[in-house]
Amino acid sequence: MVSFLDFEKPIAELEAKVKELRAMPGAAGASIDDELARLEGKTDLLLRQTYARLTPWQKTLVARHQNRPRFGDYVAQLVTDFVPLSGDRAFADDQAILGGMGRLKGRPVMIIGHEKGNDTASRIRHNFGMAKPEGYRKAMRLMALADRFQLPVITLIDTPGAYPGVDAEARGQSEAIARSTETCLRLGVPLVAVIVGEGGSGGAVALAAGNRVMMLEHAVYSVISPEGCASILWQTAEKAQDAAAALKLTAQDLIKLGVIDQVIPEPMGGAQRDPKAAIASVGYAVSSALDELAGQGAAALRAGRRQKFLDIGRLPLTA
Amino acid sequence: MANWLNDVVRPKIRAALRRETPDHLWKKCPACGQMVFHRELADNLHVCTHCGHHMRIGPEARFDLLLEPGYTLVDPPEVQADPLKFRDERRYTDRLKSARTKTGQSDAVAVAYGTMDGLGVVIAVQNFAFMGGSMGLAAGEALVNAATKAVDHGVPLIAVTAAGGARMQEGILSLMQMPRTTVAVEMLRDAGLPYIVVLTDPTTGGVTASFAMLGDIQIAEPGALIGFAGPRVIEQTIRERLPEGFQRAEYLLAHGMIDAVVPRKAMKATLVRMISLLTNRRATPAALAAPGPAAANGSTPPAR
Repeated sequence: MVSFLDFEKPIAELEAKVKELRAMPGAAGASIDDELARLEGKTDLLLRQTYARLTPWQKTLVARHQNRPRFGDYVAQLVTDFVPLSGDRAFADDQAILGGMGRLKGRPVMIIGHEKGNDTASRIRHNFGMAKPEGYRKAMRLMALADRFQLPVITLIDTPGAYPGVDAEARGQSEAIARSTETCLRLGVPLVAVIVGEGGSGGAVALAAGNRVMMLEHAVYSVISPEGCASILWQTAEKAQDAAAALKLTAQDLIKLGVIDQVIPEPMGGAQRDPKAAIASVGYAVSSALDELAGQGAAALRAGRRQKFLDIGRLPLTA
Repeated sequence: MANWLNDVVRPKIRAALRRETPDHLWKKCPACGQMVFHRELADNLHVCTHCGHHMRIGPEARFDLLLEPGYTLVDPPEVQADPLKFRDERRYTDRLKSARTKTGQSDAVAVAYGTMDGLGVVIAVQNFAFMGGSMGLAAGEALVNAATKAVDHGVPLIAVTAAGGARMQEGILSLMQMPRTTVAVEMLRDAGLPYIVVLTDPTTGGVTASFAMLGDIQIAEPGALIGFAGPRVIEQTIRERLPEGFQRAEYLLAHGMIDAVVPRKAMKATLVRMISLLTNRRATPAALAAPGPAAANGSTPPAR
């Protein structure tokens, strides 16, 4: 059962009514069927209208939705022969970033991503997708391994940001993020990055400096959370809605700004309503991108990736 | 409301106070609170004569400190101003305007090409006084430009950092300066040229998490605050007070995150020696005669 966001209340009410009607004893009869069809049509229309017009703040809420598919779900549905790989060989195995090898539509790949968890216990275990230096160092290790054996790298980004804590600072959070970004940029194999939920600042960039950067339709990608931005620039977190709009953090804005290459459509009503369909469209987009990049050598991949980032912000923008 | 006390007496008192302690002649040390005479402070490279606190200095003072006279300022590349048409309580363009008036700079990063004891070098300096040194399109482009210049001239790049992080008002485009400045560092690596980072107070956020932590050698000024998350953010997250000295230069040194903490007085000699060793080039005799870092604080081995 998918949980509803505040702005989805009218949809939730309609759906509840449909459910109620269906459950009514002796719910056959032409009049009830008509009523059901009418209500379902109305629900569908409302859902369509709501999701076609999501505000940047609403998108932020959808991107953080607790029922959106997680790294584990993507791997389970898309990757065969999966071999999870663990640890940074220096300190620990961070559960906020997971990774391993497997096959995507038959092709051996390295897949790395943030894992937020899907219930209270697992969310705590995965630290809500907020990685520490050892998480980024694990990612670097897996990327280097992929590079050595010519496996393309896929990253799935979904994090509120890198963990801001004493231990993370003590072990060099900023250095780990910087090196991870550098590792992405140096790879001699294709790197396809997908922001599937929240792309939270440096903690996201560290895995997202790819040859192709894609976003799910209702994902967000930002330098700071709307709440954080509002509390600094407006002096109150209550202006988060204004900040979300000002930051231009939606996939639709970012493709106009030339920051991402592709928007991957989500099922009607968001990935949380139909995770299987959302995962399938990510799988399709990623493997098409890998097909396109397959012919390029290491030098061309590296040069192309660098130029892509150098070009950002230089070209005339339309947004 | 007009009254005699407010209109006549108070301004007179204020004027009298101004005459007695002209604030531009004396500067209060933010660390120990003691007053230092401006000339003495300048002679001491803006390091407090009482407690040794390293005060923040801008690009001009930094270039004068490190480079021989006659260096050339590298023109900042043109970028689009206010790409997102950002507005919070104030327009971003207004904030930019006042930062420009205040600093006389077009944006937060200034770049110069010159020599240090005869060794050619490009130096990029972040100015914390310009919107907290924050990194947006202009700062990112200035760093890419600095790296390009260094590669063109075949000389090392030194980045002197000071920033609160990314320029929020440029949204995702400020975030994109993290990979962009990392590409700049890569250019130096490919050309086999040294890239040295001097971390100054304060360096945090997206700047630390990109080019500021990627130096072949990492140096920090004493007492500089350096970290990914700012102390306030961490305190809010963990809900406890942070230990004394947390995220200071000395803390980073003890945790293996930087190579050395070098006082401002010894900075030039230290950089010259490093560059001379990495590039196997001799500095001019004038440099060898100057006091080495060891003379200043004993934290690095003697020069000869």
